[in-house]
Amino acid sequence: MRVTVTVNGSPVTADVADRTLLVHFLRDVAGLTATNVGCDTSSCGACTVLLDGLSAKSCTVLAAQADGSEVVTVEGLARGDGALHPVQRAFRAEHGLQCGFCTPGMVMASVSLLAENPAPTEAEVRAGLEGNLCRCTGYHNIVRAVLAAASERQSS
Amino acid sequence: MSILGTRVLRTEDPRLLTAGGVYVDDVSAPELAAAARVTFVRSPVAHALIKGIDTDAARAAPGVVAVLTAADLDDLPPPPEDSGLTGTEGAPLPLGGPWAEPLFAVDRVRFVGEPVALVLTDDRYQGEDAAELVSVDYEPLPAVIGPDAAIAGASLLFPAAGTNVAVTSGAPADPAAFEGCDVVVERTIENQRLAPVPMEGRAAAAAWTGGRLTVWSSTQNAQIARFILAGALGLDPANIRVIAPDVGGGFGAKIGVDRDALLVAWAAKHTGTAVRWAETRSENLLAMTHGRAQRQAVRIGGSRDGHILAYRLDIIQDTGAYPRMGGFLPFLTSLMAAGPYDFGKVETGYRVVVTNTAPISAYRGAGRPEATAAVERAVDLFAAAIGMDPAEVRRINLVPPDKFPHTTPCGATYDTGEYVAALDKVLAGAGYQELRAEQARRRERGDVRQLGLGLASYVEITAADAAGGETARLDVHDDGTVTVYTGSSAHGQGHHTAWAMLVQAELGIDMDKVAVIHGDTDLIPLGTGTYASRSLQLGGVAVQRAAVEVKEQGRKLAATLLEASEDDLELDLDRGVWQVRGDPEAAATWARVAGQAGAAGLTASVNYTEGQPTFPFGTHLAVTEVDTETGKVTLVRHLTVDDAGTVLNPVLAEGQRHGGIAQGVAQALLEEMVYDPDGNPVTGTLVDYAIITAAELPAFELLQSETPATINPLGAKGIGEAGTIGATPATQNSVIDAVSHLGVRHIDMPATPERVWAAINEARESR
Repeated sequence: MRVTVTVNGSPVTADVADRTLLVHFLRDVAGLTATNVGCDTSSCGACTVLLDGLSAKSCTVLAAQADGSEVVTVEGLARGDGALHPVQRAFRAEHGLQCGFCTPGMVMASVSLLAENPAPTEAEVRAGLEGNLCRCTGYHNIVRAVLAAASERQSS
Repeated sequence: MSILGTRVLRTEDPRLLTAGGVYVDDVSAPELAAAARVTFVRSPVAHALIKGIDTDAARAAPGVVAVLTAADLDDLPPPPEDSGLTGTEGAPLPLGGPWAEPLFAVDRVRFVGEPVALVLTDDRYQGEDAAELVSVDYEPLPAVIGPDAAIAGASLLFPAAGTNVAVTSGAPADPAAFEGCDVVVERTIENQRLAPVPMEGRAAAAAWTGGRLTVWSSTQNAQIARFILAGALGLDPANIRVIAPDVGGGFGAKIGVDRDALLVAWAAKHTGTAVRWAETRSENLLAMTHGRAQRQAVRIGGSRDGHILAYRLDIIQDTGAYPRMGGFLPFLTSLMAAGPYDFGKVETGYRVVVTNTAPISAYRGAGRPEATAAVERAVDLFAAAIGMDPAEVRRINLVPPDKFPHTTPCGATYDTGEYVAALDKVLAGAGYQELRAEQARRRERGDVRQLGLGLASYVEITAADAAGGETARLDVHDDGTVTVYTGSSAHGQGHHTAWAMLVQAELGIDMDKVAVIHGDTDLIPLGTGTYASRSLQLGGVAVQRAAVEVKEQGRKLAATLLEASEDDLELDLDRGVWQVRGDPEAAATWARVAGQAGAAGLTASVNYTEGQPTFPFGTHLAVTEVDTETGKVTLVRHLTVDDAGTVLNPVLAEGQRHGGIAQGVAQALLEEMVYDPDGNPVTGTLVDYAIITAAELPAFELLQSETPATINPLGAKGIGEAGTIGATPATQNSVIDAVSHLGVRHIDMPATPERVWAAINEARESR
C-alpha cells in the first residue's frame, strides 16, 4: 500500500507491504537508521519516536497506521543550525549514554516525558522511563540528564 | 596540568546523539547494497535426533534466494584434530573431541534455539515466512536439565563421551581442614543462569568478493573473530577482513564470534551473495550464550571470636549444551574463591556438566562474581551463626594492608590493596551504626517494612591474560593531527575519549585532533580486543607507550629542524610545540616536525604486555526495604568503594560502576533464565526475562578510592566488572539481613517477592 509519513519535517512516500512496521519504514525506506530495534515485544523502547508529538514505540505501529502523520526521530531533534536539543546536550553533559544503542529511543522518550511534565521529580523520571531499557548506564546518569534538561528549561 | 584524571566529556557522544551509531544493521557499505537477509531455522526442542529436513516448500516461497542446512557444509575444512590442548583450565577454549560443537546441528539438536538451517531472502519479512516452511523431522530424546540430571547421566548429550561431566578438577576435601573450628556452617547456593542482553543483539553481515571475505560483526574483538573465522572456514586470515562498527554492548557475550555469525559469513562465501543478519530479541535470549549457572556448596568454619579458619567451595558449573569455555569459568571462580580474606585454609573443587540449554560463556565478571557471591554469602552465614555483625567479621578477616603482595591458598597473588579502608569508608559513608539502630527500631516495632543492610567486600582479577598484551599504532600527520590504531575494542566504554586524552597528555596535541580507529583487521591486523577489564591497563598503556616513542622520534626531528641539540629541546605540552629551551621563538609545531619525517612518517607501533594481572577491590553496601507481608524488595540505597587504581577519567569510570551495579542488583532481585523440565525456555522474551528498569533502582552513591597499581605506568587496574562482582552479593545479603530476625538464613537469587515471602513463612513455621 502507498504510505506517506512526514519524517523530521519532510514527506516520505513509498509503496510498502501492508505489514511493514513503522520502524522498518523509517530505517529501510526513509534511510534513518538511528532508531533501533531492541526487542520484539514492545518492552525495550529502543525504537521510541514522536508520532504526532507523542512518544510511540515504532516497532508496535504499522507504517500504514502512521499514514498522514508526523514523525520525529532523534535525527530531527537538533535545530537546523546543528545546535543540540537540551535533552541531547544534557545526555552528553551527564554521560547519559555508553554504547549508544538505546540512546535515540531514550532521548525521544525523555523529550516526551518533559513535554508532559516539565518539572519532574527524580521518582517521576524513573517511572516515566520504565518502558525504555538500557544495559550500560544503570540509568543513573540518564536520570540526571533528564533532570538537568528539565532544570535548564525551567531557568531559561 | 595534565588532562589525565580530569572529567572529560566523551568525544563519541555528539554523533551517537544526533545521527545514531552505525551498528552492523545500519552499515551501508556498497558491497551490501543488494544483501540478502538471513533468517535462522532453530530447534524448537531441547534434545532430539534429526531424522530429516525438508526444504522444498521453503525454497518455493516468495523472495527465497537459498535454503542451507548441514548438508551444504561440504566446502569447509574438517574440524581440527583433538590436540588435547583445548579446554585446559587456564584457557577459555571450547572442548574438542567428542564434545565439539558443529555449525549447523548435524544429526542431533541439544538446545532450544540451536541453528538447524537458514534461509536467505530478499527482505526480512519473507525470511520469517520461509523459515516457517522448513520442515524438520525430530525424534525427541529425554532432556537433561539441571546439574542433578546431568550427573545422573540417564540421558547423554554426547554419547561418544560416555558422560555428561566434561571437566572434573580440584582437590578432594581434606577431612582435617575444619579441625579446630568452633562453628562450621554449610549451605548450597544457586548462582542462577542469566542472559547478557546487550541492547544490540548479535548481528553480522558478509560479502565474498574477489576471493576475499569481508565480515561486519558485532564483536568485542575483530582480530579474534578473524582468527576464528579463518579456522572455521579454512581461509587464510589475510583473505578475511573483519570490521567491528559501533557495537551496542557486549558484556562478554560478544567475545570473538559464535557459530551463528560463522554461518552468516559462510553463507556469503558459499552462495556468492552478500548477506546480513540481525537477530531478534527472542533469538538472542535463546541462542546467545548465557552466563553464571553455578551450583555452589560452601563450607565455612572458624572461632566464636570471628576468625574464619577454613573455607571450602565445590562448584557444579552448568555449561549448557556445549562446553564452549572448557573448565575456565569455575577455574576462575576457584582462583578467586578466597576473596579479600586471609583465611587459613581454602579448598575448591569443580565439575563442568552439559545440559540441554544454551551454552554458558562469559558474562560481565565471568567466574569472578560467582566467587564473590559464594564467599560473601558464606561470611554472612558464619556471622549469623556466631551472632556477630557481618561488618565486624569482615574487618577481622580481611587481608591487612601490610601483607601485600599476598598469595592466597588458591594461588592468586594480590598486588596492592586497602581492603579494610574500603570497608570503613563505605560504613562511614552510609552511617552504618545509625542504619543498624533504625533496623533495630523497626524490628522492635514489628514494622511491615523491614530494613536490610548487605555488605560485600571483594577483590577481583583484571587483565588475567596480561601476557597477551595489546597493540597500538600512533601516527602524527603533517597537518598536526594524530591517528591512533588500537587493538582494543570499544562498545560503550569510551575508548576513543580515553585514548585521545593519553595522546594529549603525552604529546600536547589537543584531543580533538586525535582520531582513534578500532575494529578493522585491514587497518589493525594484530590485537586482542576488550574483555576482562583489560583495555586501559593494556591497550591504554600501549597508546601511551606509542606516544612516548613518537615523542623521542619527534625530538630528533625537531633538533634537525631547529638546528639545535636534542638536549636543548623541550616539548611545550600546553601549546604542543617543540622549542629550544630559553628561546621560545625557536619553535616547531608537531605539523612541521611530522613533515620533517618524510616518507617514513612519524609513527610508532607498540605491543604492550604485562607479566601479571591486577587485583581491584572494594566494598559495596546495599540498603533494602523488604515488605514482610508481600515479600517485595526495594533497594533504597547503594554505596560503593571500587578501587581500580589510578583513574584516567572519572566520568568513564563512574559510568562503568553504575552499569555494573545495575546488572548486579538485577541478578540479586530480578533476573533468571528459566527452562522447564523439558528444556523449553520460559523466559524467552523481555516480557518474561526481567531486565531491570530505572524505576527499580535508586541513585547510586559512589565513594572514591585510588590505590595505584604498581605494575603499569598508568597505575591502572580494570573497572568494567566491579559492579556485578560487588553489587550482586551485597544486595542478596541485604534482603536476607532484612528478614534474618525472623529466622531466615538464606534466599537464593533472584530474591523475587514469591521467594522472599516463602522464606519468611517457612522460617515462621519452623519456629
